[in-house]
Amino acid sequence: MNTNFEIPVRNEGETSIVFASDYLNKISGEKIERECKRQIETGCKTLVVNFKDTEIVNSIGVSILLGVIDAAANAGTQIVFSEVSEETNQLFEMLGLTNHVKMAA
Amino acid sequence: MPDNQQKLIHTFSALADLGQEVAHKNNFQEMISTSLHLLLGSLAIMRGGVARYSRFGHELNFLAVRGLGDDFPLSASLEISDEKEFLNAGMTDIEVSQAKMLAFFQRYQKVLERKKIEIIMPLIIRDELVGLVFLGEKASGEPFTDLDRDIVRAMARHIGVGIHQRNLMVELERRADENRRLYDDMRLTYRDTVKAFATAIDCKDKYTEGHSVRVGKYSEIIAEELGWGEEEVEGVAVAGYLHDVGKLTVERNIINAPYRINAKESAELNKHPGVGYEILLPIHHPYTDVPLAAKYHHERLDGRGYPDGLSDSEIPYIAKIVNLADSFDAMTTDRPYKRRRPANEVIEDLKRNSGKQFAPEIVTAFYNGMLTELTGKDKRKRFRRLLGREYMESEGIVPLLKQALNGMDGTSSLTFIGAG
Repeated sequence: MNTNFEIPVRNEGETSIVFASDYLNKISGEKIERECKRQIETGCKTLVVNFKDTEIVNSIGVSILLGVIDAAANAGTQIVFSEVSEETNQLFEMLGLTNHVKMAA
Repeated sequence: MPDNQQKLIHTFSALADLGQEVAHKNNFQEMISTSLHLLLGSLAIMRGGVARYSRFGHELNFLAVRGLGDDFPLSASLEISDEKEFLNAGMTDIEVSQAKMLAFFQRYQKVLERKKIEIIMPLIIRDELVGLVFLGEKASGEPFTDLDRDIVRAMARHIGVGIHQRNLMVELERRADENRRLYDDMRLTYRDTVKAFATAIDCKDKYTEGHSVRVGKYSEIIAEELGWGEEEVEGVAVAGYLHDVGKLTVERNIINAPYRINAKESAELNKHPGVGYEILLPIHHPYTDVPLAAKYHHERLDGRGYPDGLSDSEIPYIAKIVNLADSFDAMTTDRPYKRRRPANEVIEDLKRNSGKQFAPEIVTAFYNGMLTELTGKDKRKRFRRLLGREYMESEGIVPLLKQALNGMDGTSSLTFIGAG
């Protein structure tokens, strides 16, 4: 398992953007969760998770995103999911993730 | 795609992934962590944990948790009565809000409520409670449907099987370790008994005190030089220790006679290999051929030995080793009727009798053992301890050994049957 990959992150003022990529769907995706939590802990007001390179999200990916949502809720950080494919968007809606996050194009 | 269809595809792919995890993951901890992700992610459950139950410690230990926070206790006690209640419930989900009459829930009610745990699923495999799965609320905020519960049950069963397999593996390893320890203890006991026997054999002969032990050690050196494995080396050492066990039945005055014994006495003494064989045969030795080494350690390659006058290929290899070790010790220790011979003479003698009495490759192995010690390549001082430093370091031994080795054909067994 490749655990040495770098998580792409961009900071714009009080907003942090984390790029999920396809690593989200493996146990190594916990690294993405840790990076999101690190951004939350550093005090960003809004955390954007970008899915532009994420084709599908499986159950592991959903579980990891729930961990991010939980951490953000505890810290009062707003979560935004951006560039989510239509299929993934449907899945998030069906599972209720969209109750906790703002969806952006 | 209709919602229900997409949901089914999502959960079934999670179930399939979980099956793969349990069947193929070697790393147990990673398997459990991934399984919990798959379970939570399949229904978007906000938090949960998987705990293993130890029947011996009556303890639940969490193997993986998600979203339960740092203050969640990772270990909990489980009474026998709790275990019975879970077993009675079977592998079905228990709603925390409906289970307040159960003792376990009464004890942990506060923490379960604080952490919003909604469902507990006992993991029961082959009528045995192997763990519990704890699940919090769904991200949708909706209650668990019957289909959700079926999915949870199916996935939890996979996780239970994974834990059960792990428990079996741990138990197997524990038993294997225990067996190994028992086997080692038995081997030690056996070896100590053998050494005690060797001492008893040697006590009968005041001139050859320590003979059996030395023959055992020389045999061990030869087997090592021949590249034998640890067990085989140990086996040949034992054969050396016990090769003269038959002498226990020979009259002490024959063994200790301070003169060359007569034909009748010699015939009596020469029975000891056969008697030794009879003594050793009924014993279940952990090594093969120990009785054969006792029976044939006076046979010679040229067929002039006793008791059966066997020749080269008929003599068991182990007996050939013990034969050389025995002869070497006889030549290098004082006997009632003659003094020990100088090292250079003994080396020459072994070479001269190579192919007649001794197998050439065994003589070569023995020379090599001596040479590696004398040249310092082998730091163990085994020959010096057995023969004395002065004896082993007498002048000219190393060149003599090198010369002897150069002239030896150590690759084949019987090379020449001479007139002797």
